[in-house]
This record gives sequence, structure tokens and C-alpha cells, in this order.
Amino acid sequence: MGLLLALLTGILYSAAFYMMLRRSLVKLIIGLVLLGHASNMAIFTMGRLSKGNPPFIAEGATAVAEPYADPVPQALILTAIVIGFGIQAFAIVLIKRVYQETESDDLDKLQTTDDGLVRLRKAKRKKP
Amino acid sequence: MSLLLPLFAPFVTAVLCLAWWKDRRVQGWLSVLGFAFMLVLALQLLFTVRADGIQVVNAGGWDAPFGIVLAADLLSAIMLSVTALIGFTVTLYSIPAVDVKRESFGYYPLLNMLVFGVSGAFLAADIFNLYVWFEVMLMSSFVLLALGGEKRQLEGAIMYVTINFLSSAIFLAGVGILYSLTGTLNLADLALRLGDVPETGLVTLVSMFFLVSFGIKAAIFPLFFWLPASYHTPPIAVAAIFSGLLTKVGVYALLRVFTLLFVQDIPYTSTVLMILAALTMIVGVLGAAAQADFRRILSFSIVSQIGYMVLGIALFTPLAIAGTIFFLVHNMVVKTSLFLISGLVHHVKGSYKLRYIGGVYRDHFWLSMLFLVAALSLAGLPPFSGFWAKFILVKAGIEAGQFWLVLVVIASSLMTLYYLIKIWNEVFWTNEPEELNDPEPHTPGSGPLWLMVLPVVLLVGITLAIGLNAEPIFGLAQETADQLLGREEYIRAVLGR
Repeated sequence: MGLLLALLTGILYSAAFYMMLRRSLVKLIIGLVLLGHASNMAIFTMGRLSKGNPPFIAEGATAVAEPYADPVPQALILTAIVIGFGIQAFAIVLIKRVYQETESDDLDKLQTTDDGLVRLRKAKRKKP
Repeated sequence: MSLLLPLFAPFVTAVLCLAWWKDRRVQGWLSVLGFAFMLVLALQLLFTVRADGIQVVNAGGWDAPFGIVLAADLLSAIMLSVTALIGFTVTLYSIPAVDVKRESFGYYPLLNMLVFGVSGAFLAADIFNLYVWFEVMLMSSFVLLALGGEKRQLEGAIMYVTINFLSSAIFLAGVGILYSLTGTLNLADLALRLGDVPETGLVTLVSMFFLVSFGIKAAIFPLFFWLPASYHTPPIAVAAIFSGLLTKVGVYALLRVFTLLFVQDIPYTSTVLMILAALTMIVGVLGAAAQADFRRILSFSIVSQIGYMVLGIALFTPLAIAGTIFFLVHNMVVKTSLFLISGLVHHVKGSYKLRYIGGVYRDHFWLSMLFLVAALSLAGLPPFSGFWAKFILVKAGIEAGQFWLVLVVIASSLMTLYYLIKIWNEVFWTNEPEELNDPEPHTPGSGPLWLMVLPVVLLVGITLAIGLNAEPIFGLAQETADQLLGREEYIRAVLGR
């Protein structure tokens, strides 16, 4: 089970990075979604898997009997999913606006903010 | 309890701003008032922490390490105070400078939420809580960056959102590994348990996860390309608060984890940090020297200044850490004031591109004097604050025997002076160009000009005050460094034993 989940996490990570390195905006968002899932699966797998042992304290006992499924990683993932969902929703609206403004899905066409090396001296100076 | 008050001041202000959604004037002045309150409360917290030691709050009454803990040591309190100051001045500047369209779409609530997230990150004593505060901060910054919907802004926002999501994913993976190694998320508890982990190699590996994640946020050498591509796209008030706060949160997080958690293999982490710091300084400064746009020069300059702060963490002596803290305070104030000055120049001359502007010295003498003080302070000329910050770092470098690093610091300081002189020559000294045909639209705000000048005067005055009166600030920085390096005080305070 652990090996299977580890492989799944790896596949998710590689698929995410592959999608993010494509030039299309939509694929970038798909990459972001997959990346979020990959990190969540990584936390889930690293939180040590335990099948069928809910972390309930038995009647009369004062602590949970070992082994039990650790609830903390699941709480972390829940928080991360909600936050990731918010960011992904924002990102999708953002690419919609970018598409409306530029009418292009190509990330290579979105580099105009990085063209700072304009020539310094072109405008003519006034005589004092 | 006193540490919750400065944290919740911006949150309450944000909620109040939402209640007055229709009236942007009320929102603006409420925010100014809120930040003034926060500044007073943060300074009060600083005095409390200095007098009575580290302040701790267990959220919901759950004891550490099970509950979520907020803790304010000297570093947190200092950062909180400077954050409140930056928030106050930028909001004051925003009232006349930001246009009606942005103001009526929730500019002020977002500004408050941004500062709320930043403040929370400074107070979090739990690694996952730190992640959550980061996201609060990032969410507000995403919207602030894209607010207004200009084409350039949206392009910048795409890059910014993507790289920050990547950084968060790496951070989360790091948190996951840390939890599986130690079974805890509390920073103090982690600091204790990481010492007992037999696989020190694995701990160092996790530290690199955090280095990459916080390195993206702080914009250190190979991870900084998003910053100069996006920071110049929003209105100048937004760029100013981003430059003053966001990258510095990354530096704060690096400072926290590399002094508290990852002290198992100091020679290795220090070497990595040193190389990155040197490259950040050099590449940032060369990038700044090549630019021909006021804001882009300043954006690259942020990157090179981050190098100095990382250098202090890398040297890892009490003096060097004190230098980093001094540098943080100095840089947050000076960089914000320089961005605001570039906004003032844009206001009077209508452009940010060096070739379209000129003659500011003749027309606006006092504005050029403000720039001169801030610029010389950034370059590190005595008697301004930057001189002391760099002096401490150079002294620490010599004491640690890292002469090549000292050489890099001095060389990049000279280059800093070069690009600032370039701005001075092109913007202030030369005559105004004959034709003004900058394609960028000039959207003025509505409000009196003195409200735009006042915050700049305030920030430049503070730089001057720090420079002329460096002794007490340095004393505070040294106390903070001792507290950071003597980890027991923090651990004892947070775990409540």
C-alpha cells in the first residue's frame, strides 16, 4: 500500500511539472492542480499508513492503543486542500481575464513585463 | 495576551472597511487609524518582550505542543513594529495616489488583510500555522497585484501566482517530511526532537526544502526571476508595500528555521547559504545596473539587498545575525521610501522610464533631497542607516575569516552606488526631454499632494534617525541575535516549562 501511494505521488509530481512546463495557460493551471494533489498525497503517505485502526480511545483506557491512524496529517491535508482550492479558483479566473486581454493561450506571448532593457538615450533632451 | 492586539488590529480594520464598502474615503482613513493603532500596540509589545521576556499565547487553551501557539520574541516584535510602520505610511500614500477604480474594489480591506497575514507569519510558533499565515498573505497579495486588471498586471500576476503556488507546495512537502521524522509541528518541540533524529542527512535534506521554498519568497539567487517581472506592474503603493514586506517575510522565515530548527549540520547549510548570498548580491546588482526603468532598477535592487541579509544568516555568528536584523529594519524602511519616491517622480513627470524624465532637481528640489538621503542610505554611505548595517556585516565577515565574502559585499555596494547615481543623473540631474511620449497611461488618484509627500518624509526621517542614532538599535539587534542563537529561551517559553 505504501509503495503504491509513493508511486502515485511520484507520478502526480512528474505529471504536474510536465504540465507546468508546457506553454499553454490552461495546462499550467492543470499542472498547479496536480501539484497541489501531489503534496497532499505526500503528506498523507508520510504520515504513516495504518489500515482499519481509527484513533479512538477505548472505554476505560486513557490513551489510544497502538497502532492507530494518525489524524494530524489528515487535518493538515484538509487545510491544504481548502487553501489550494481557493488559489486554484483565483488562478482560473485570472487566466480567463488574461485570455480576454491578450486573446492568447501561449505563455511565450506573456513576457512583455520582462522587457526592461529599453535603450536609455532616445528621447531628445531640451537645451538648458 | 498583548501579542494578539497588534495582530488583530489590521483584521478588525479590514472587517470595518467591509462595513463601509461604499465609502472609500472612510475606508482609507479607517486603515490609517488602524495601522497607527497597530504601530502603538506593536511598539508596546516590543517593550513588553524586552522587559518581561517572550510572550506566548496558546490558541483555544490547548497546551503546547498539541495546540497552536503564537509566540512573540524580540525578532517577531521588531518585525511587527516595522510592518505596522510600513502599513501606516503606504496607506497614507495610497489615499491620494491610488485611483478610484481600485479603491472602490476593496483596495483597503486587501491591504489590511495582507498586513494581517504578514503579522501572523511573524508570530506563528507552529510550522503548519506559518504555512497558513503565508497563504493569508499570498491570497491578499495575488488580488492586490491583479486589482485594476491592466494587461501588464495580469501577466505579472500569472507568474507571481504560479511561482508562489510552487513554493507553497515545496513548503508543504517539507512540513510532511518533518512531521514524519518527529511527529510534531510546534517549532520549539521540533527544535528539541530534531536533535534526537538519527538520520541527520535527512534533516539537512528537509532544510533544503525550506531553503528553496522560503528562498522563492525571499527572492534569492536562482529563484528570484519572478520578482523583477512582476513587482513593477501594480500601482506604486502596492509595489512599495510588497517590496517592504513580502520578501522580508521570506528572510524572516529563513532566519527562524535556520537558527531554531536546522542547526545539526551548520558547516553544510552555512556554505550553501554563503554561496547563494554572494550570487544574489552580485546578480541582483548587475541586473539593477542594466535596467532603464525606475521601478525595475529598484526591483532588482531588492534582490541584491536580500543577499546581504542571507549573508548574515550564513555567517551564523551573533554579530552577523545582529547585522541581518539591523539590515532588515533599515532595508524595509529605505526600500519602501525609494519606491514611494519613484511614485512621486511619476506623479510630477508622468513616467517611470529614465529616458522620458529629467530635470526633477530643478523643478522639485526637496523631492531630490529626499531621494538623495534614501539612495545614499541604501548604498551604505555614512552617516545613514545603510552604512551601519553593512559595517556590521563586513565586520562579522572579517571576524569569521570569510574575506572573499567581504570583498563581494564591498564590490556590490559600489555597484549599488553606481545604479543609484544612474537614477540621480537621468531623473534628477539632466534636463527634461523635449517630447514626452511614454505609452504608459498616467492614472492619477484624487487627493492632496502633501498626503503623498508626508509618508516619504516620515520614512526618510526614520532612516536618518536610525543612521544618526545607531547605537540603541544595534543594541536591540544584538539582544535579538543572542535570543535567536540561545535557542533555550524560545523553546522554554513556547513549551511552557
